[in-house]
Amino acid sequence: MSPEFVIASIVTIIGLTTPILLAGLGELITEKSGVLNLGVEGMMLMGAISGFVITALTFNPWLGVIGAAAGGALSSMLFAVLVLQLNSNQVATGLALSIFGTGLSSLIGVSFTGRIVPQFGSIFPDALAKDPILKLFFGYSPLVYFALAMVPLTAWFLKSTRAGLILRAVGENDHSAHSIGYSVTGVRYAAIAFGGAMAGIGGAYFSMVITPMWAEKMTAGRGWIALALVVFAGWRTGRLLAGAYFFGFLMWLELFAKANGFGNSLPFVQAIPSQFWAAMPYVMTVVALTLISSRGNVGASAPACLGKPFLPST
Amino acid sequence: MRIKLEKRPAPSTFMLIATPIASVLLTMLIGVIVFDAIGIEGERAVIDIFLTPILASYKWQDVAVKAAPLIIIALGLSIGNRAQIWNIGAEGQYVLGALFAAGVGIAAGPTGGPFTLILMILAGIVGGAAWAAIPAFLKTRWDVNEILTSLMLTYVSFQVLGYLVGGPWKDPNGRNFPATAPLPESLTLPILFPGTTVHLGVAIALILPFVFWVLMSKSVFGFQIRVVGSAPHAARHGGFDAKQTIWMALLIGGGMAGLAGALEFTGSLKAINLGFPSGYGFTAIIVAFLGRLNPIGCLIAGFVLAVTYVGGQVAQTTVHIPNSTAGIFQAMMLFFILASDILIRYRVRFIAKKPANSTEAHT
Repeated sequence: MSPEFVIASIVTIIGLTTPILLAGLGELITEKSGVLNLGVEGMMLMGAISGFVITALTFNPWLGVIGAAAGGALSSMLFAVLVLQLNSNQVATGLALSIFGTGLSSLIGVSFTGRIVPQFGSIFPDALAKDPILKLFFGYSPLVYFALAMVPLTAWFLKSTRAGLILRAVGENDHSAHSIGYSVTGVRYAAIAFGGAMAGIGGAYFSMVITPMWAEKMTAGRGWIALALVVFAGWRTGRLLAGAYFFGFLMWLELFAKANGFGNSLPFVQAIPSQFWAAMPYVMTVVALTLISSRGNVGASAPACLGKPFLPST
Repeated sequence: MRIKLEKRPAPSTFMLIATPIASVLLTMLIGVIVFDAIGIEGERAVIDIFLTPILASYKWQDVAVKAAPLIIIALGLSIGNRAQIWNIGAEGQYVLGALFAAGVGIAAGPTGGPFTLILMILAGIVGGAAWAAIPAFLKTRWDVNEILTSLMLTYVSFQVLGYLVGGPWKDPNGRNFPATAPLPESLTLPILFPGTTVHLGVAIALILPFVFWVLMSKSVFGFQIRVVGSAPHAARHGGFDAKQTIWMALLIGGGMAGLAGALEFTGSLKAINLGFPSGYGFTAIIVAFLGRLNPIGCLIAGFVLAVTYVGGQVAQTTVHIPNSTAGIFQAMMLFFILASDILIRYRVRFIAKKPANSTEAHT
């Protein structure tokens, strides 16, 4: 294995990881508040098209990312109103949001098909960003650094801030949180909106970074991988980061096993069908969830109120 | 003025039936408004999606063929949902059903006859049930959340399909395209009306709702499912085994999805390629909710959703909107039906605004 191959592989893995890391962090916060939103795929696509349209209209990718976050958050509000205000079933509502976002993004995208939007410039000087080795650290899209920065921020928010404590309290015991005067519904609105915004930015990574073009259903099921990731990580921020890279590595193995142009550089990987690697994130998630459910001592557990409607007795 | 919800003494039967109809009508109305707003002929789009498939008789066969898998899957899912078991992996069970049927067909070779065909259909039921048995086992053994496991296994099933049709089961005469060889004539379901695509599976989809209706309303099993879902404590006192209910709910849901997959394969598509999982398993969840988890409701709702599928294709050519636009309407119907659920158990009261110092202002 040549150094160029290793560097190219790492750059690819980081590209594969970033969108699921972004969407996963958002869904983590949503689920920590006790809400299971299965609409990640739909929110990612709404973010992807919103970011694309705003960039196409303003020629400013930074505004585009803000638009993507807004698009994701707005679509999540559809889910939030139904689930929080009308106590609708979270599973069905989330699925409906995924179907809705897929359809609406395709419809909006029709008039933008074939257009190319301006991309982010490098945030570091070319001497660093274009260097064959240093690009490993400095050669990425700003969204990659944003995703990485959000990991410690999310961990800090959950662990060390008052707001994070309230959020966790709402997810673990909504009735107690309500009885000491916190607004369960308000907290959950905020958590769902954050989840939507992060999924939206994750989706924009596809339409603004990977390719500067729009294609229907371009997130290709990554929203479901992001959902798996949160479970795989056992609802822990640090494990979510590790899990995201692990899933990114598996996705890279899949691409690698699929392509024949690499010669025989990793015979073991290529001897196994690409579908095996593609299925691994989901299989590992089922295994991880089983471990979490069967023993209490793996240091992780689902928020106690996950997926349950909040019905105050007053 | 403020709105107050009052709990009804008993669920409203009127609302139970009126809200699904209102949901469909509201979806059409909102569709017209929204489409007009974004510069597409809204009326034309909504007419093409909801009415053209009903009014144009040459579209009826397409509607019937699309409704069949939706109805069959939704029947199975309704049982689970009634018992509060959330199997959202019907899409994967549908895929496994088709793969099991294909496996039997390939093993039997091209000389198989009606007996082989029946074996293929049964294998489909077994395949779907086997895939659903994984979440059932994990749920009953370690209390693993079946929502997440059944969903994850769906994405595993796509890879199983991809591997089989791209590898061991690939058609040797298929120009290297990842698909199974087309079924021989003798292993395809009979066509009910010559010259159409309406196969035996459609008849099965029309009969099964009545079988399920009898099962749910007249049998002890149906009673058990309803009690476990609506009053788990009472169910335990009554001696109903919760684990047994979980197994039954998931196996029936998986078996029906597997049956739908086998019928779609042998009756309609006749070969399996990467496009085989077309979302019926997910859309059937909408069918189950729109049909109010009632077998006859599922029958009607299955046709409504099938109409939007066929209508989506019509609108694609007439008003040039993407095929997936039908998904917007399907999702809106589900949004409305979920939002209106509350009207069944609660009554909405409009009350004149009270003075600001009222203690109720905080709640």
